[in-house]
Amino acid sequence: MLAELHVTPAWYLVLGAVIFGIGAVGLLVRRNPLVMFMCIELMLNAVTLTFVTFARMLDDVGGQATVVFVLVVAAAEVVVGLGIIVALMRKRPEATADDVALLEG
Amino acid sequence: MVEVAVFAVAAAACLAGAIGVVASRNPVHAALSLVGTLFGIAVLFVAQNANFLAAVQVIVYAGAIVVLFLFVIMFLGVDVAEDLRVEPLGRGQRVAAVVLGLGIVGLVLLALNDADWSVTGIPSVVGPLSGEGPDINVLSEAIFTRYVFAFELTSVLLVIAVVGAVLLARRTRPSEEIVDPGQEQREAEITEQITKAAMQAYGLEYKPGARPPGNGDEEAADEAETEEVKA
Repeated sequence: MLAELHVTPAWYLVLGAVIFGIGAVGLLVRRNPLVMFMCIELMLNAVTLTFVTFARMLDDVGGQATVVFVLVVAAAEVVVGLGIIVALMRKRPEATADDVALLEG
Repeated sequence: MVEVAVFAVAAAACLAGAIGVVASRNPVHAALSLVGTLFGIAVLFVAQNANFLAAVQVIVYAGAIVVLFLFVIMFLGVDVAEDLRVEPLGRGQRVAAVVLGLGIVGLVLLALNDADWSVTGIPSVVGPLSGEGPDINVLSEAIFTRYVFAFELTSVLLVIAVVGAVLLARRTRPSEEIVDPGQEQREAEITEQITKAAMQAYGLEYKPGARPPGNGDEEAADEAETEEVKA
């Protein structure tokens, strides 16, 4: 029975959905801005996995090209986001996501 | 059979890493769990013939982004375990978050279950993936022809991000903008001179090193005046 089992694209899509859900729950549950940021990375990766799967399913290179741009945007996002977190944590090392208002002014 | 095994191992790494990111008390452990997820997804990319993207995934994500995360954690010194039992928004918030997460997953699974997998419309709008040569040839042709404008825009985006990061990371307190190493010493000398002059003007004996409680000459003069009145 196992020998007849084939990995269909739906498996990848389900895995992507589950990783996205875990990332979303982490983003809502955690308060440490660094960990929340890692959860955003999880969600981005789940979506890139979905893009690659659809690129293979539809035999379309557009999905993989989109993933390249998602990677670039993720890199830029991490640079700016970590800059904000450094500026926040410098003011208050135990800062949580509730303390972003400290950066005002 | 082999592909099932590869998928199972990679998916297990992905899910274990994802749960580790969410459940780790220590941010360093969360970052290392994130590496597990990223590697698992890179393996799944290879399994789907996206070899170039798998390499980029490992280089950019595991090699640059996670290292940047760890660098910030170490730089800020926040690598301490936090107490996950503290729930500032009450117990309901966590329950609601889990329900919402299950809702997202459930809706996607429902949509997948109902999906009609036959392709409607034109397949391969941008171009077929299964062309001649490896996937990197097909991908680079698409990026440097059809998406060349977007590709150039990403360079602008990266420059903006770097400038923004420099601006954010800079200390912006105006008192520290001009760093003058000898400033404090000179200020002390000037204060001493003024104090000496003021006390001599009132005919008082000046002891070097004895600074008045205030900083300015006015306070010193006031103090000297009161002492003179007492005398």
